[in-house]
Amino acid sequence: MTATIELSGVSKSFGPIHAVRDVSFSLGEGEIVALVGHNGAGKTTLIKLMLGLIRPTAGTVRVLGEDPATGAAAVRTRLGYLPENVSFNPALTGTETLAFYSALKRAGRGQVGGLLERVGLAGAADRRVRTYSKGMRQRLGLAQALIGQPRVLLLDEPTTGLDPASRRDFYSFLDELRAAGATILLSSHALSELEGRADRVIIVGRGVKVADGTLDELRGIARLPTRIRVRLAPDGKDHAERIASRDAGWRPVNGRTLEINAAPEDKVALLRSAVADGIPIADLDVTPPTLDELYAHFQDTEGQDTEGQDTEGQDTEREAGR
Amino acid sequence: MSTILVIAEKEIREGLRNRWVLATTLLLATLALSLTFLGSAPTGNVGASALDVVIVSLSSLSVFLVPLIALLISHDAVVGEMERGTMLLLLSYPVARWQVVAGKFVGHLAILAFSTLVGYGIAAVALAFTGGDIGRESWAAFASLIGSSVLLGAVFVAIGYLVSALVGERGTAGGIAVGIWLVFVLVYDMALLGLLVVDQGRTVTGGMLNVLLLLNPTDAYRLINLGGSAGAISGMGGVADIATLAPAVLLAALVAWAAIPLAAAIFVFSRREL
Repeated sequence: MTATIELSGVSKSFGPIHAVRDVSFSLGEGEIVALVGHNGAGKTTLIKLMLGLIRPTAGTVRVLGEDPATGAAAVRTRLGYLPENVSFNPALTGTETLAFYSALKRAGRGQVGGLLERVGLAGAADRRVRTYSKGMRQRLGLAQALIGQPRVLLLDEPTTGLDPASRRDFYSFLDELRAAGATILLSSHALSELEGRADRVIIVGRGVKVADGTLDELRGIARLPTRIRVRLAPDGKDHAERIASRDAGWRPVNGRTLEINAAPEDKVALLRSAVADGIPIADLDVTPPTLDELYAHFQDTEGQDTEGQDTEGQDTEREAGR
Repeated sequence: MSTILVIAEKEIREGLRNRWVLATTLLLATLALSLTFLGSAPTGNVGASALDVVIVSLSSLSVFLVPLIALLISHDAVVGEMERGTMLLLLSYPVARWQVVAGKFVGHLAILAFSTLVGYGIAAVALAFTGGDIGRESWAAFASLIGSSVLLGAVFVAIGYLVSALVGERGTAGGIAVGIWLVFVLVYDMALLGLLVVDQGRTVTGGMLNVLLLLNPTDAYRLINLGGSAGAISGMGGVADIATLAPAVLLAALVAWAAIPLAAAIFVFSRREL
């Protein structure tokens, strides 16, 4: 795996506020990585650092082998970016807007029509952006980020304003791009929709990297319990006690349904015992911890770790986040 | 180079779309035409060429109008795009910041040049059709009027960019632009005139006056257009005689007045964090 983006020991302060503190990570080809954190956690600052729009106070940033702030601008030919609140000149049409951005990337006008089609704006291509709805502008924003087959895509809150159908389409573009070897970083606070879509999750809180890994790895570190729920067949009510007697954790939800929070290593054993000896089971639910639970877990541990340090800066950031 | 042209083209397209080009061209044409025909009444008596009279009136008008138009279209260039959020996206493209400023400069200058050429050109053509008999020298002076007006516009476009790159809000940029316009177009000359009257030629020598005139781009512009054959019928003739500045020096001053603020704007913008 070749690293396309590398951050090492990156810090960025705006006056007294430490927006990002000592963050290191690297992103490889063909990866979809989610950057997750509260508002004001430093996600946008990290993306701006990767774009070279701001310079780090300490540490180094490398994008496709170059320092984005001082290196050759040509690196950005292979980079797509979608800002958090994307805006375009309202007087130009969708086609004109994309033609302008294509020309800047020297990508040729040829793909403009195709891109508009792909994001479902073909019908509105010759209307002025002024007349577009928020969702349409967001889709135009995605279209411009996809110009010229980018090798690196930085998407800041890409699915805000998209309806569920466009959201699904959006994630299917991402899969295509990943298959072609692109590195995709998307920031989000809508964690639940990342489930099954991001290969890796980087959680930031108050400017510090809190966790970094695949969802399974993070679940392993967090050791959050998996919830197992068993529903017995109508004639199996009396078996409820048999199950409950095997582990103290089982608790009845109602007459026929039992539930247990299983630690990762006990999960399989508990499942076995629940279905053993011909206990008549009508249904079985295994719910792994959701991303929201995981995220809350990491945010909480971070809060405990840094309590008492630098509280002033953190408070300011929290205010800003609200 | 092509990146600069792409940005310039977008700037021109936006200017056409939001009617800036149309509005400035119409404004300049209307004023030029009315000056031409209302102002041509006395020409027979003084024996000056009709076009010379138009040149004098038009250059007096341009001194006020061209800087105003230039500042209006330029003060918003950097800070406005930052506020609207379009700058963030633009800079994520393979575009150097100096190219952004240079591209906008080329685009805005093209808009100004088009408006001036068409607006004033209409007046000259109309005059040629109705009045006839215009000497070659007058035509040359008229061409120089258009050229120097565009150059004056370039100066104030560059100054507008510098303001735009320095401030944090559009409103501030607008306020400062108005202030700059007042100083260069009105206050400076009044102060200079006051100084000359009070001084009575004791300390302010011809050389010093030269420097003082070059320190204001609008004065350099006035001297270019009022120093020649048209100068005899303008109030500036007297000053032009004392201040012995060759046209080349005046032109160089205007070019410097455009180049230095432009370079400063690029420098400030390049160091700015978004």
